[in-house]
Amino acid sequence: MTSTTTPYRGEHDDTPLPAGGPNPPAGPDKNTGESLGREAWRRLKQNKAAMASLVILTLMALICFIGPHLLPWALDEVDWSNFQTAPSLENGHYFGTDANGRDILVRTLFGGQVSLSVALVATFVSLVIGVLYGAVAGYVGGRTDNLMMRFVDIMYSLPFMFLVILLMVVFGRNIFLIYAAIGAVEWLDMARIVRGQTLALKRREFIEAAHALGVGGPTIVRRHLIPNTLGPVIIYVTLTVPKVILLESFLSFLGLGVQEPLTSWGVLISEGKDMMESAPWMLIVPSVFLAVTLFCLNFLGDGLRDALDPKTR
Amino acid sequence: MLSYTLKRLAFAVPTLLVVITISFFLMRAAPGGPFDGERQLPPEIEANLKAAYHLDEPLPMQYLRYMGNLAQGDFGPSFKYKDFSVTELIMQGFPVSLEIGGLAIGLALLIGLPLGVIAALKRNSTIDYLVMSLALGGIAVPNFVIAPIMALVFGVLLGWLPAGGWNGGALPNLVLPVIALSIQQIAYIARMMRASMIETMGSHFIRTARAKGLSEVQVVLRHALRPSLLPVVSYLGPAIAAIVTGSVVIEQIFGIPGIGRYFVQGALNRDYTLVMGTVVFYGALIVLMNLLVDLLYSALDPQIRYND
Amino acid sequence: MSALLELAHLSVTFDLPTGPVTAVKDVSLEVKAGETVALVGESGSGKSVTSTAIMRLLPELARIEGEIRFDGKTLTNLKDRDIRALRGNDIGMVFQEPMTSLNPMHRIERQIREVLEKHTDLRGNKARARVLELLKQVGIPEPERRIKSYPHELSGGQRQRVVIAMAIACEPKLLIADEPTTALDVTVQAQILELLGELQARYGLAILFITHDLNLVRHVADRVCVMQHGDLVEQGPTRDVFANPSHDYTRMLLAAEPDGVKAPVADDAPVVLDARDVHVRFTTKRHLFRPDETFEAVRGIDLRVRRGQTVGIVGESGSGKSTLGRALLRLLPSTGQIVFDEMALQPLDQKALRPLRKRLQVVFQDPFGSLSPRMTVGEIISEGLKVHFPELSRREREARVIEALGEVKLDPAMRARYPHEFSGGQRQRIAIARALVLKPEFLLLDEPTSALDRSVQVTVVNLLRELQKKHGLTYVFISHDLSVVRAMSDTVLVMKDGAVVEHGPSEAIFTAPRVDYTRKLIEASFIDRVA
Repeated sequence: MTSTTTPYRGEHDDTPLPAGGPNPPAGPDKNTGESLGREAWRRLKQNKAAMASLVILTLMALICFIGPHLLPWALDEVDWSNFQTAPSLENGHYFGTDANGRDILVRTLFGGQVSLSVALVATFVSLVIGVLYGAVAGYVGGRTDNLMMRFVDIMYSLPFMFLVILLMVVFGRNIFLIYAAIGAVEWLDMARIVRGQTLALKRREFIEAAHALGVGGPTIVRRHLIPNTLGPVIIYVTLTVPKVILLESFLSFLGLGVQEPLTSWGVLISEGKDMMESAPWMLIVPSVFLAVTLFCLNFLGDGLRDALDPKTR
Repeated sequence: MLSYTLKRLAFAVPTLLVVITISFFLMRAAPGGPFDGERQLPPEIEANLKAAYHLDEPLPMQYLRYMGNLAQGDFGPSFKYKDFSVTELIMQGFPVSLEIGGLAIGLALLIGLPLGVIAALKRNSTIDYLVMSLALGGIAVPNFVIAPIMALVFGVLLGWLPAGGWNGGALPNLVLPVIALSIQQIAYIARMMRASMIETMGSHFIRTARAKGLSEVQVVLRHALRPSLLPVVSYLGPAIAAIVTGSVVIEQIFGIPGIGRYFVQGALNRDYTLVMGTVVFYGALIVLMNLLVDLLYSALDPQIRYND
Repeated sequence: MSALLELAHLSVTFDLPTGPVTAVKDVSLEVKAGETVALVGESGSGKSVTSTAIMRLLPELARIEGEIRFDGKTLTNLKDRDIRALRGNDIGMVFQEPMTSLNPMHRIERQIREVLEKHTDLRGNKARARVLELLKQVGIPEPERRIKSYPHELSGGQRQRVVIAMAIACEPKLLIADEPTTALDVTVQAQILELLGELQARYGLAILFITHDLNLVRHVADRVCVMQHGDLVEQGPTRDVFANPSHDYTRMLLAAEPDGVKAPVADDAPVVLDARDVHVRFTTKRHLFRPDETFEAVRGIDLRVRRGQTVGIVGESGSGKSTLGRALLRLLPSTGQIVFDEMALQPLDQKALRPLRKRLQVVFQDPFGSLSPRMTVGEIISEGLKVHFPELSRREREARVIEALGEVKLDPAMRARYPHEFSGGQRQRIAIARALVLKPEFLLLDEPTSALDRSVQVTVVNLLRELQKKHGLTYVFISHDLSVVRAMSDTVLVMKDGAVVEHGPSEAIFTAPRVDYTRKLIEASFIDRVA
């Protein structure tokens, strides 16, 4: 520790607050110049499950996007000598083939590309809409806020899944439509979270102090409001990604999602389900990929919440 | 209480109107008509069909007509199942879907709540870690993965239970679909109950209760349980919506003749009135359920201000 | 006479994941039947942990060593069931948090009855009669009606009375009161203390009174135990300890009372801030179909501050004093006239107001909420410089920040650190530096010391006085703490329900209040040391 940790004067001014009540007093904070973000990252690094999930997710993304190039099969290439064969090391189909002689591993990895990119894009759409909508409602407040949130309430109570399906039925199955539709569903939560944060922050004294300093409105939003909503937003994003993956596979499973020649985990699981008695690997392989991804995302989300939640502080 | 109920009702009606309106105009905006299909119909027959279904009227007229019919519980004829009206199809499927969904919600609460309470009280114990890992698994593995695997294992490989079919709602046919439908909700409810129970157990009034000399069991039963239930109650709305949505897949997988199956068939066949009918029906159901959940919440929490 | 309660070499250690932390070290003390013993200390001293340990209400990760004896029993060895038979029966407990100590879902009657049913044979109508009697004893008006209330329908003071009713329901021998009045307004505090005194006389209660407030101790306790960092540093009869403190820490605590008075300012000093007939109204939107509700938080206040003066504004919570402060700086919309240095502020829009902002600065109460958590201390202090002195180079800004930190007696090397790494007193200094760096003429101080420990308060008060003298600053000082206001102010405004009930020169108000309410406030806050 450097000398900067000791107060300038040896006055009795250094009691850690607040330690009252039967809660055990917190240990002294010995970190110098550590921002909340770095502190959270340090806490996250101590969470083994979350870090393992992060590693697995990175690997998952890498093999989904790089793996197909390293395998000898193309997405819809038919291996005429291997129809519906079980996983095997000898014929090069490590996870077997489907009834049309297509390699399950390659198809699963391609499906992963679609599922992951849908998830990222749709989450990004919901992030942008949600943060803007929520921040505006919260910051402007008053009647505008009331009106904007009433709208969200109404949207919230709509049976959204069915409207998305309706959308698919009407406009045909189109991957961009899936992006947009899912993104449009998921922004509601984000908007609520950001609005709540903004409202709470607006009442905090440091915002008032910034007003008193003469700092302008847009600067206050940029410098004081948005950085402080980041924590909950990050947590929520990690929880939105698995929700979106689930939604997409749900639609695809029903035959309302992505279409041939594209595939996704949902499509593959749906195909596998029909063949599960004769070719269970067709069901099991994409299911495992999907489940592992969702599992890790949830673990990571939980870990991030523990690391970022101000209540743990 | 009455004014609160009225207010929630006043909120439910516009929501329903929005659902109906969105689905109506979405369907009408669809490229291609309901009679595009197997073969090209002669123009005069198509015109007759359109007239019979009032598709030749201007859009606002159709909209008003549809609303008028809806008000009388008439969802119109199905385009594909020519001998049935949509209302008949829904009424056929609804009891089946209701049975599956109702049992699933019941099961989710019956298992999820105690699991959450136990995990919270034995916080950071082996039981807690076990329950929470299982719950995370239940959330991570979607029902459309669990359902076929369960059918494969218990239906096909072990042969304990039928892998599909309805059989008039016989008990063995119910087991797998209800479990598959409820697993995810069990997981959510257990997690939520645990978190809220832990929060309650840390609150000041629990300390007061202990200071009165109550035993731990009394503290939990009399003081901790009810406040901890509130977040779970407010989650019931989304949970019901999730079960309704999930039932669509589960009915598909297990071949159960509920509304979900008609809905998916209708969606794949572009059976406009059927799809719209089911969407509106589901919408009404979810809005109604949300209303009931709100009322339940207000009954449980004395702090809620009805005029707020 | 033997002791009712005796702690012998009590230590409490929390086994945290990061390692054991000892919160109470080798504390020995006793409480005799019928007497009041005060356990005094600042935050983190271990006083609350000690009191919670007696009832064995500590979380499981706490380890207790030493012995606690009560009425011939050794509590530390008792089975869970036997200690439960004592809780609420022989030992009652009152907590600091009146707002959250009652179960929000149960009616008052049920919560009090629960104790009776646990420890006595009273049932049915007899139990109800006892509940009514208890409510009457603790001074709840209309007990027949209140018995059916939920906690949220009661005020903080009433809730605390209900908690006390629960604690004394079984006529305990010992009452442990953990900061029972800290969260309450001073006038309510006085009533609760009076009530505790009555109950003590009636039931022959022994009271273990945990508090941070030495003024209270002087008035309620027979004996005092002083704790610091988990150690019991001094104990003895109240009179002796106050007259002859033996330990340095006790002496420091006693000296931590702000004293002295402010040197007066010439009567013809120029008027810096002149406000006339200021009103602040809030409208709450209640319902779509019902008219909005208007609440007038500040009702027509006049205020005049001369250069170099400090005007103190005192009042209880809800009196509108903070609202008035914010309105003066145009942080809240208001009506009426506000003139600063001969400029009318009301007609100016926020943009036109901006150049004036550097002359009118503010320091808030909450040392945790008033600093932006994701900015470094340097960034926080220099933010205003960027707005008002854009011509400054980075280096010049830095020099000003260092100078400001020096003025508030913080190490300038700390400017790379983040607010959460500082203690409450240090944060308040940072907030003062943020205002000071702009070289303002006028500072609004909104309860700047209220969230701080007494010994820290004094250092902040002294700092503020020093800065005022050095820079000729003008202050409006808002506080509910009368002793601080008395030490700081030239003139004082006493507010109640949004209006001024009395104003005048500080010493006149404190020595000869003309209005009943002021007198009550002063009595209730136990300012009895002549400056």
